[in-house]
Amino acid sequence: MEQVPILKIGPTLFVSIQIDLQDDTVLRLQEDLADELAASGASGVIIDITAVEIVDSFIGRMLTMIGSISRLFDAETVIVGMRPAVAITLTELGLSLSGVRTALNAEKGLEILNGKT
Amino acid sequence: MDEMPIQTGDDVVRVRQQVRTAAAENGLSLVDQTKLVTAASELARNTLVHGGGGVARIEVVKSPNGRAGVKLYFTDEGPGIPDIDLALTDGWTTGTGLGLGLSGARRLVDEFALDSKPGSGTSVTAVKWSR
Repeated sequence: MEQVPILKIGPTLFVSIQIDLQDDTVLRLQEDLADELAASGASGVIIDITAVEIVDSFIGRMLTMIGSISRLFDAETVIVGMRPAVAITLTELGLSLSGVRTALNAEKGLEILNGKT
Repeated sequence: MDEMPIQTGDDVVRVRQQVRTAAAENGLSLVDQTKLVTAASELARNTLVHGGGGVARIEVVKSPNGRAGVKLYFTDEGPGIPDIDLALTDGWTTGTGLGLGLSGARRLVDEFALDSKPGSGTSVTAVKWSR
């Protein structure tokens, strides 16, 4: 099973998804992130989905759950880089990714996290 | 096109990639490609998780007015769906998801048919046309 790397830069964890996600990989990422949040005390998570071609209901639910889990560690999650076609498809699918912030790109995502006091 | 087995998560990814290729080669727009691949992902997962595995088939079709389309078949020999109308309702779930898989997949394609009987498996057909 492939693994998505988690980078810690200052108080922020960066996750850039560069592979075709299968369900097990997303579940693994969720566990790895929870471990990393607990170990590092990070206050923010940025998940870059620029390279992600589809977000289906499972992946969407996992992204929402990652947001909820982060909050339990007092960290905020921002999803960045969603492709327009993915945004349209997600909306038609009926998924709103409620509970997680989104930003256009990683830079704007960082601004959101830095604005958090 | 050949039948593709759906027995593992890797197979689901392979089906998505093949559907993407077929959709791109037959003139579907990027948004329509994304919708069809997302629907394929939902249906392939259902085949794997609820059907206990099965097969997918991808076909290129032509409409009477000459438009190209991509037709997907998913079949399994799993337990089947006792109440199809209920299964296609937004929010109805077997407990593991959001209940958007089947109903969402139906919304994302142009034609959708589901055939299932308890004890004799499930087959789903979905078509997306180029515009």
